[in-house]
Amino acid sequence: MARIELKNIRHSYPAAKGEDQVWALEEVNQVWEDGGAYALLGPSGCGKTTLLNIISGLLTPTEGSVLFDDKNMTQVATIDRHIAQVFQFPVVYDTMTVYQNLAFPLRNRGMNHSDIEPRVKEIAEMLDLTESLYNRAAGLTADGKQKISLGRGLVRPDVNVIMFDEPLTVIDPHLKWQLRSKLKQLHQQVGTTMIYVTHDQTEALTFAETVVVMYEGRVVQVGTPVELFEEPKHTFVGHFIGSPGMNLLPCENVDRKAHCLGSALGIAEKNETQSEQFQVGVRPEFVYFDEVGIPVNLNKVDDLGRYKVAEVETHGHVIKMIVDEGEDIPGENPRICFDLDHTRLYRDGWMVETEEVMP
Amino acid sequence: MNKISNQRAWWLVVPVVVLVAFNALIPLMTVVNYSVQETFGNNLFFWHGVGWFEQVLTSERFHASLFRQLAFTGMILIIEVPLGIAVALCMPRKGPWVSVCLVLMALPLLIPWNVVGAMWNIFALPDIGLLGRMINGLGIDYNFTQQPVAAWSTTVLMDVWHWTSLVVLLTYAGLCSIPDAYYQAARIDGASSWSVFRFIQLPKLKRVLTIAVLLRFMDSFMIYTEPFVLTGGGPGNTTTFLSIDLVKIALGQFDLGPAAAMSLIYFLVVLLVCWVFYTAMMRNEEQ
Repeated sequence: MARIELKNIRHSYPAAKGEDQVWALEEVNQVWEDGGAYALLGPSGCGKTTLLNIISGLLTPTEGSVLFDDKNMTQVATIDRHIAQVFQFPVVYDTMTVYQNLAFPLRNRGMNHSDIEPRVKEIAEMLDLTESLYNRAAGLTADGKQKISLGRGLVRPDVNVIMFDEPLTVIDPHLKWQLRSKLKQLHQQVGTTMIYVTHDQTEALTFAETVVVMYEGRVVQVGTPVELFEEPKHTFVGHFIGSPGMNLLPCENVDRKAHCLGSALGIAEKNETQSEQFQVGVRPEFVYFDEVGIPVNLNKVDDLGRYKVAEVETHGHVIKMIVDEGEDIPGENPRICFDLDHTRLYRDGWMVETEEVMP
Repeated sequence: MNKISNQRAWWLVVPVVVLVAFNALIPLMTVVNYSVQETFGNNLFFWHGVGWFEQVLTSERFHASLFRQLAFTGMILIIEVPLGIAVALCMPRKGPWVSVCLVLMALPLLIPWNVVGAMWNIFALPDIGLLGRMINGLGIDYNFTQQPVAAWSTTVLMDVWHWTSLVVLLTYAGLCSIPDAYYQAARIDGASSWSVFRFIQLPKLKRVLTIAVLLRFMDSFMIYTEPFVLTGGGPGNTTTFLSIDLVKIALGQFDLGPAAAMSLIYFLVVLLVCWVFYTAMMRNEEQ
């Protein structure tokens, strides 16, 4: 058990001849508190797996240091870091039984047979593997194998953190739900820090207490699911999280007021700067039809059952909005308004603080 | 609805039937034909039943060459498979040296059998060959044309030189297909390099190794050209393997009947061993 800190981590893979060095991780500072359930969310290629491998010691970062409880572990070998990792594709030792698989990490660490057995049985019980304990691991289904992968981490009593690298990729959809809730339950049971890497926002938001969003080698926001939804710190978080994602519209700064789609919005940047170009971001949930709003053309309406997604257009920009079931969509001359409490301003992709002003 | 009987579609199969007939069935059946008949020339044949089979199966000459063949094949399998695995494990997985190693490994496979035989013959000659001179220079009396042990070790060495590459290349391909995650998981589980080999690499290599062993078994069990050029089956009969013996009977003595019977027995032995080995490996897999 340890608090893990990443300090000024940068990493680049060896570049091919004649190519510029590309930073897979631009600069990451991140603290993983002991016992937390974290999700590391981001699109493919954003550096999530690189970050995991740096924590586990499978990779040594180009720059920066990894601290476990303030102890520098950057150069320490994987085995001495006491971490466990579950990979995208289930890794089991084919020729061994489930029991032998689970006992393998303990045997490698020189534990006595008499100590191994109760431990393995306890973990097998937790993972519902007791019935197949003496079967060949190769014969199990994908979710069973993934449980074994996890189990090999859980059996070790000294594990600092368990990391999951998109562990549900090869699992059948109906089992994904089961396994995900099993993970959450296990986290509560054992209290080990868990870091769950995924590009699926549903998985991230349901599993984690804290979600770390990565984009192009950087951590763009760390927060609870609610924070990510209500106050995306970066336009990427805005459109990556949420379905549909945040509407982003160009916006100008005229007389300290944000002008968007030809109208003045009632908000402005708090700390005035010289910058004139902004983006306005507002989630589809916070756009509504109003008689005094901006005139728009209604393109189409998708009925998704519990709500409808309306797509409207004005000044050449498409805006999506969520309309609750039963709420009317005006047939003629629709006009829309933004909920100013949930409307954000972005400069160069990053959120700026706003205040309400008289339009 | 009445079915219209129309069998003309069978004509479409004729080309295949002709092809198979000419490249497999007819030659094989000729051999079967010879194996049950006796001839005294003039193209006159007499029915001989299973006489030739009985003769071959009870002949000491056949037993001796079968035993030599089994010993040779067993020896080269015991040497080439572990050696091939060891070499493949040592080869780099990435970088500029990969292609260098692969080309070096593939080189012996590209040399024709009789050239390999001739090469080793000259290479190992005790008076003028580099290898022969060197061994004698070390104070070891070595002459593969006269000493059975020297003849055997030269033949085995030649085959190892020629064919270990095949095992290496197959194993290397198998090793390259193991996902990195297995090695990473092993590091996290604290596995030693022996454990990685025993529990990850070897099980994952099982299929390619099965193929490698089968190929090496079949090839070495039917080996002819290389030992024929190297030793000609001698000294005496000490390196007369099955196919060399077969050619002696069929073309040297022109005993068509016994040679045909021996061919069929030979063929059945190869088939049987391959089948047993493959079935055993695959049954293991299912469990």
